[in-house]
Amino acid sequence: MNPPGASGGGKKGGAGVLEVIGLTVRSGEGRALVSDLSFAIEPGARLGLIGESGSGKSLTALAIMGLLPAGMTVSGSIVLDAPGLARTDVIGAAERHLKGLRGRGATVVFQEPLTALDPLMKIGRQLAEPLRRVRGLRGAALRRAVVTALEEVRLPTPGRVAKAYPHEISGGQRQRVAIAMALACEPALLIADEPTTALDVTVQAEVLALLDGLVTARGMALLFISHDLAVVSSVTDHVIVLKDGVAVETGDVLDIVTSPRHPYTRDLVTSARRLDSALDWTHP
Amino acid sequence: MTAAVLAAQGVGFAYRGSGPVLADVSVEVTPGRGVALVGESGAGKTTLLRLLLGLARPTSGRIVFDGAELSPRDRAQMRAFRRGVQTVFQDPYSSLDPRQRVGRIVAEPLRSLGLPTTRPASMDEHVAAALEAVGLAPETARRYPHEFSGGQRQRIAIARAIVCEPRVLLADEPVSALDVSTRVRIVDLLAELRETRGLTVVMVSHDLAVVATLCQHTAVLEQGRIVEQGDTAAVLGSPRHPYTRRLIGSVPRLPHRPPANP
Repeated sequence: MNPPGASGGGKKGGAGVLEVIGLTVRSGEGRALVSDLSFAIEPGARLGLIGESGSGKSLTALAIMGLLPAGMTVSGSIVLDAPGLARTDVIGAAERHLKGLRGRGATVVFQEPLTALDPLMKIGRQLAEPLRRVRGLRGAALRRAVVTALEEVRLPTPGRVAKAYPHEISGGQRQRVAIAMALACEPALLIADEPTTALDVTVQAEVLALLDGLVTARGMALLFISHDLAVVSSVTDHVIVLKDGVAVETGDVLDIVTSPRHPYTRDLVTSARRLDSALDWTHP
Repeated sequence: MTAAVLAAQGVGFAYRGSGPVLADVSVEVTPGRGVALVGESGAGKTTLLRLLLGLARPTSGRIVFDGAELSPRDRAQMRAFRRGVQTVFQDPYSSLDPRQRVGRIVAEPLRSLGLPTTRPASMDEHVAAALEAVGLAPETARRYPHEFSGGQRQRIAIARAIVCEPRVLLADEPVSALDVSTRVRIVDLLAELRETRGLTVVMVSHDLAVVATLCQHTAVLEQGRIVEQGDTAAVLGSPRHPYTRRLIGSVPRLPHRPPANP
């Protein structure tokens, strides 16, 4: 169901929205947290990044956004090439330049919507900010756009949600708002970093379906980060498996969950299969 | 059928000035039959577990331990209760005192229960035996919690819970903070303790796969009520209530390779 065009490995050239080559992130003490990671995502394509805690998957997302914590050193290249924006290597770019790139070029939906939203600002005002900045809307047009954006993420009462503070709505609703804010930027690349991990399973199913539909409808490129093999395989076709900052296996998600090659991936898949198979009931 | 060790009988619970968190909940824990309390956030799972642990009193109905109503004022009963029912929490980072050595942490139930094993040597033996039962070396006792990974910390928390040889272990999402391979190992450990020590595990979880692996009985909670309960195989295999069906249908599954030549 997904368009082809996401590739791991060090594929060079082409018209990728994102091209990461030899990305290495080191801690202040010089320990490698991400080592020589290379991948590319073409416009409208999807790529999954799988790994357990400490595998470097969130650092990769932060590196792409130019948001790595101070003290970390980064090398390699991360080229973002979004329509209407100058082709830029995020590594070494000036903060002033990166600000223009965040939002339209790439944007992130984080795991925990409670910390991603400003607790002291009403939802409507938070959502208006990217709409004003990216689309230049003001006044009544802006207010209409806020409601439309909330409707697009299927929030049942957009008027009420716009007037609410983040703590007044549920976790699933907050994540829908975070998605609405990300989409308001009209990004060429959407990075979803464990977007459903904090959610209940029925809400997770709804949010994944929503994300899937919107990404397809908008033709956005998607980098989907998760520790959950089943979740990743429901969203993307192509995945990279990260362990301790190293890409140990890359390929078609179906190949990886049915016949993993690397010992680490095998261990991961075996564990996930064991729990998953407990839900295979042979009873009538 | 054996008598229940622990039971909630028509239990209701409400915080002052707000609607009920639990309404008319009845669930029984019989020896050797693991019980799972499943449901989503806000369903009242953790509140029910707190009532079963005697950490809060039900607004209506009662909690019964070994045939007698649990009453926090009855000190002799509470001592027997604390010895027979222990707990493991979700977050292995906040549930262990960072300033105490593992040996002291694991020995805590022995000390606070004043069990007749308070000779220092015999205390150490009990701690070493508990650590061994959860797959940790005796030297672990001399180290501090921060030296261990999440999975190892959860093993330490389990060692603390089983050191006084309880009959029932109440666990609140014991594996949901862990990576999948670690999760499987802790589930295996709990299954092993069930076999070797006759430990009955009562588990609060949102993870149906973990529940299906570990518990024979499943109760599904929705908005403070049990909508369905019975044998895990029946509840999860052929759910009757629409909410249970929706819950099961939402679990993301690992794809299998489709048959060749589609």
